[in-house]
Amino acid sequence: MTTAPLTAAARPSRATAEPWPVRVLLLGVAGVFLGLFLVLPLVAVFAQALENGLAAYGAALVDPDARGAIGLTMLTAAIVLPLNVVFGVAAAWAIAKFEFRGKSLLLTLIDLPFAVSPVISGLIYVLLFGAQGWLGPWLAAHGIKVIFAVPGIVLATLFVTCPLVARELIPLMQSQGTEEEEAALVLGARGGQVFWRVTLPNIKWGLLYGAILCNARAMGEFGAVSVVSGHIRGLTNTLTLHVEILYNEYNFAGAFAVASLLTLLALVTLGAKQLVEWRTRRGGRAERAAEAAPAGGIP
Amino acid sequence: MAIAALQLRKRSVLPGFGLALGFTLLYFGLVVLIPLAALVVRGMQVDSAAFLKTVTAPRALAAYRLSFGASLAAAGLNVVFGAIVAWALVRYRFPLKKVVDALVDLPFALPTAVAGIALTSLYAPTGWLGRPLAALGVPVAYTPLGVVVALTFVGLPFVVRTVQPVLEDLDAELEEAAASLGAQRWQTIRRVILPEVLPALATGFALALARALGEYGSVIFIAGNMPLKTEVVPLLIVIKLEQFDTGGAAALALVMLAASFVLLLTINLLQRWSTRRRAPLGD
Repeated sequence: MTTAPLTAAARPSRATAEPWPVRVLLLGVAGVFLGLFLVLPLVAVFAQALENGLAAYGAALVDPDARGAIGLTMLTAAIVLPLNVVFGVAAAWAIAKFEFRGKSLLLTLIDLPFAVSPVISGLIYVLLFGAQGWLGPWLAAHGIKVIFAVPGIVLATLFVTCPLVARELIPLMQSQGTEEEEAALVLGARGGQVFWRVTLPNIKWGLLYGAILCNARAMGEFGAVSVVSGHIRGLTNTLTLHVEILYNEYNFAGAFAVASLLTLLALVTLGAKQLVEWRTRRGGRAERAAEAAPAGGIP
Repeated sequence: MAIAALQLRKRSVLPGFGLALGFTLLYFGLVVLIPLAALVVRGMQVDSAAFLKTVTAPRALAAYRLSFGASLAAAGLNVVFGAIVAWALVRYRFPLKKVVDALVDLPFALPTAVAGIALTSLYAPTGWLGRPLAALGVPVAYTPLGVVVALTFVGLPFVVRTVQPVLEDLDAELEEAAASLGAQRWQTIRRVILPEVLPALATGFALALARALGEYGSVIFIAGNMPLKTEVVPLLIVIKLEQFDTGGAAALALVMLAASFVLLLTINLLQRWSTRRRAPLGD
């Protein structure tokens, strides 16, 4: 009853809308496509993970190799995340707040890790640091292991995830312009104060989402890490590589149990994106409301 | 303009330009540019006869055919269905719309290995979808069709996310004008809406294609990886590496890198085309 006037108001006029059979058909096609490619794989992950019951599910997660993989994945993310956040903020500050020569070239180059196959992202570090690589003999002579060890995994993950935070911040900071920072400078703020008190509060939600996305991709990277890891159980196995090993051993329930952890992380990331978009929209509305309201009118 | 072009940067009162750009270039150079340059140099170092032999070997040619063929097919599927999904999300009302909208980004967030095993278990001959399809005589897993399925999954968000904002910004007056001038609905869609959306469709196609060409994780589980039949180029690079043939791996990688560069350039041009088209409407 209550929804009837709403739908009537939202219904577009007949001249600029499709006839209803076409609408139903298009919605059906979209629904079947998304159901087949997005919903079914999600359901499959959890269904297969719980196939042998909750006890088997738990056992697969507390297995020593699984715990080692969780530890290594978290260590990698803990190193990669701060570095890429600092890089993202620095790159976005330079690109969004200043005009300089070669800016559009830099903007294109930043996307390079997205354009390159993850396998190539791993390969380049093998060529540099591997046994047959340029620095390989020197590293071997000094007893430093990069490839088939944790440093290689960290480097490959750094490469793959380095544009994420910058990509999230650049459009946001470009749309905000430089007026607020300039006003703060005129009012006597120092450089650091301008950043911490003016810029950071403006970009905090975008930065948070960039960091969450970067974390999810760092924990979920497979191709690049697979090339540099060497798959040493308990030592150089990340979560995704552990999934691969279990699957190739026909331990499907175990593979999907570990995979379900990564799937949950992906779902949390999608939820965070919605939350951040909602916060930014609300922030924008509150700001506009504050501007419209007479001075002192906002409690 | 002439003065601005001569200076490294336009004058600005904001601090921190040198520090921020310096750190950006140093970090990006160390993590991305120098290692990539190493690949180019290493690929060039391979003796040219050996390079040609590696990149034109029958196994490599079969891998190019599968990688490019399956990527083109997947990007094409994504254009058709991605456009329909974007249209439904922008124009229609249906339950759980917010959830569906959020879910479109799943292939960006889900690790490729997880997607790979999930799709394989669905389409394997014993899987929920594989069993009925096999009964119909259409095996999917461990065939080139399986590769297309995996690549369609990884490329799914690109077309939706490039077309969606264009449809949202589309001026309703254009459609009303077309309708009041006597155009049928399908004429309006073909002559008014499609030309506006075309650059975004092309950009989405190119982005999905670029992503699919390099894809590894989701493909290797469902492909079956039979030489000459279901081996994609990234897998062939990994196989070369495992055989300690770094030169061969670098040569193949260089071919893929060249293809990626061409696509990246095309995407840039397409994006410029699409912003130029949209500019007069936006203002």
